[in-house]
Amino acid sequence: MQMLGAVLGNLLGSLINLNGSGHYVHWGFIQISVANLVLIGLMVVVFVAAILIPFRRHGGGDQ
Amino acid sequence: MTVETDSDTDVPVDVSADLPEDAEQWTAKLRHAAVEALPPQRLMPDRQPAYVASWIYVFGVLTIAALAVVILTGMVLAIFGPTWWHVSSTGLFVNSLHLWSVEVFFFAMVVHLWGKFFMAAWRGRRRATWITGVVSFVVSVGAAFTGYLSQQNFDSQWISTQAKDGINSTGAGAIFNVTNFGQMLMWHIMLLPLAVVLLVGVHVLLVRRRGVVPPFAPPDQLGKGVEIAGPEATMTLGDEP
Amino acid sequence: MSTSTGNDPNRRSRRSNPDRDVEEWHGKYLPYDLVKEFLVALLVVVILVVGLSVVFSSPDEKPVTVKSWSTSNPVDFAQTAITELDGTSGTAMYGPPYNSTPGASQSIGPFSPERWLGVHHPIDTANNYVLSPLKSLPGQPGLDAAITTYTSASSAQQASWNAAYEKAVANATFPQGALKVPTGSYGPVGTMIGSLTSMARSGALDGALLSSRQFYGTDYTKPLLFIADGTYLANLAQSQHLSGDQWGMMNETGNYPGQAWLWLYTLWYQVPPMNASASGDLQVWAIMMGLTLLLALVPFIPGLRSIPRWSRIYRIIWRQHYRDISGRAPSGGKGPTATGSPPSHQPGTA
Repeated sequence: MQMLGAVLGNLLGSLINLNGSGHYVHWGFIQISVANLVLIGLMVVVFVAAILIPFRRHGGGDQ
Repeated sequence: MTVETDSDTDVPVDVSADLPEDAEQWTAKLRHAAVEALPPQRLMPDRQPAYVASWIYVFGVLTIAALAVVILTGMVLAIFGPTWWHVSSTGLFVNSLHLWSVEVFFFAMVVHLWGKFFMAAWRGRRRATWITGVVSFVVSVGAAFTGYLSQQNFDSQWISTQAKDGINSTGAGAIFNVTNFGQMLMWHIMLLPLAVVLLVGVHVLLVRRRGVVPPFAPPDQLGKGVEIAGPEATMTLGDEP
Repeated sequence: MSTSTGNDPNRRSRRSNPDRDVEEWHGKYLPYDLVKEFLVALLVVVILVVGLSVVFSSPDEKPVTVKSWSTSNPVDFAQTAITELDGTSGTAMYGPPYNSTPGASQSIGPFSPERWLGVHHPIDTANNYVLSPLKSLPGQPGLDAAITTYTSASSAQQASWNAAYEKAVANATFPQGALKVPTGSYGPVGTMIGSLTSMARSGALDGALLSSRQFYGTDYTKPLLFIADGTYLANLAQSQHLSGDQWGMMNETGNYPGQAWLWLYTLWYQVPPMNASASGDLQVWAIMMGLTLLLALVPFIPGLRSIPRWSRIYRIIWRQHYRDISGRAPSGGKGPTATGSPPSHQPGTA
């Protein structure tokens, strides 16, 4: 288990290394990290998608 | 049907039969109230109103699923103790699971909040549902905060020495000492998860009790301020008049 | 719009308010498997979380110690140490809950809960951070003599030495592993701070601060506040974009997402008057508590609770429902009056 974790950790944990200097967006008095901006943007996208994408029901939906 | 034997005579005695129910009993009263508020079909329904047909409705259960993963991964971290993830790559992996499930938890909760807001989900005597949701959110932020404080690394050093100013200014710092690792860890793994789970539990039971909020009336009927003859029209399923 | 409040069952009639009331559903129900939905949601979350963890892992920056601080920047350590001794450090002048510096508590008008709650985690910086640790060092007759000279001097004499040292140490250097402070009339203080710096660089001060009263320590208040009084920790934080004026509260080290949900809390720290006020923390907390209360009480607040209806986003969410009922009578369907479980499922079309 320890070995599996070590392999996974070393091999895949560095697939995308997020350590190191962060990237930030400055917009007026707002300063936000790229990571947070991506997250918030995704939230908006997911919310819009959730209300737009049709939801098929058993015995319901567009019949 | 439980069957015991009377120790004196060895005659079988059914504890659930023959005794007249004592309606004054607290146990009986509590049971009656619970079953009346949430009969089995309402506690675990197998159907929903036809209008529950949008992907926005899955974000409540996604939030709960994420909370379950947060708690499960937290339990694994607890099994091995707070130092484990610093010295073991498996520990670091479990810590990653814990961190990312927290991100997914808040992501889903916020989308759920937006959805419920734009549905005005407090309508029809569902205000307590809304309020317990908001309180769950706030307490969850607190639970996450104590988690960040429990990391025992540079991040927790910075967060604690900064956050202390805000918390001290309210007077809460006299008791809630963010630089006290032992205290913050115990709040994080015991007190706050318990509070979150209880709040979410009440929140979900309220949703089951009142049902999922119906849509607004169609545009041509909305906002007419129609006289409604008596309180039945805004009563939810199963309420007493 | 509504003229009545409350749910008095004796009222014969009241006006409905579409932002507060809703006619309960008497229409069609469809099968919906909640348990299966939960298990699917769990599976989705597990796959997502495992994927994110495998790809990105999580950050773990090593903590600062008094040793790493004083090794990396011994001059800053010495400059901080003298302010602890003379009571001018951030911690020494903090006020409650660490000590009772008058006028230090934050307040809004007469409202000052920090002052009311008082001192609960007493820190005497001169003793806790300088004198007691130094006294614990064994076999140091020169240091012991310096400490005795200092502690038996008058407070005016101590203040004079401290001020002189603070002035001198501003130009201190650290060549060849020893603190070099320009000469001045600071009496025993030079020896004391010099020894403290060596003690810090050896790692002994970390231990002394934590276990001064007990073997098993889990309260890191004293060493943390000492470290935070210096500039080393703050500079590291600044380089990681974690400072308060960098919206740091939302951020995580490196490129990891942080706590995006703290966006509104940290926003207030960036705007006047909170960003420059000595009571900025209390002001921000007051604002946030007020806004949180507003959020919780949206159902009761006219205007605010009308936003969903005005925005019409619900028409997208429930578009199928509105299509379904547009062919029926305007009453919205008269099913059997429901007093218990919902009507049985009707298969087929809307």
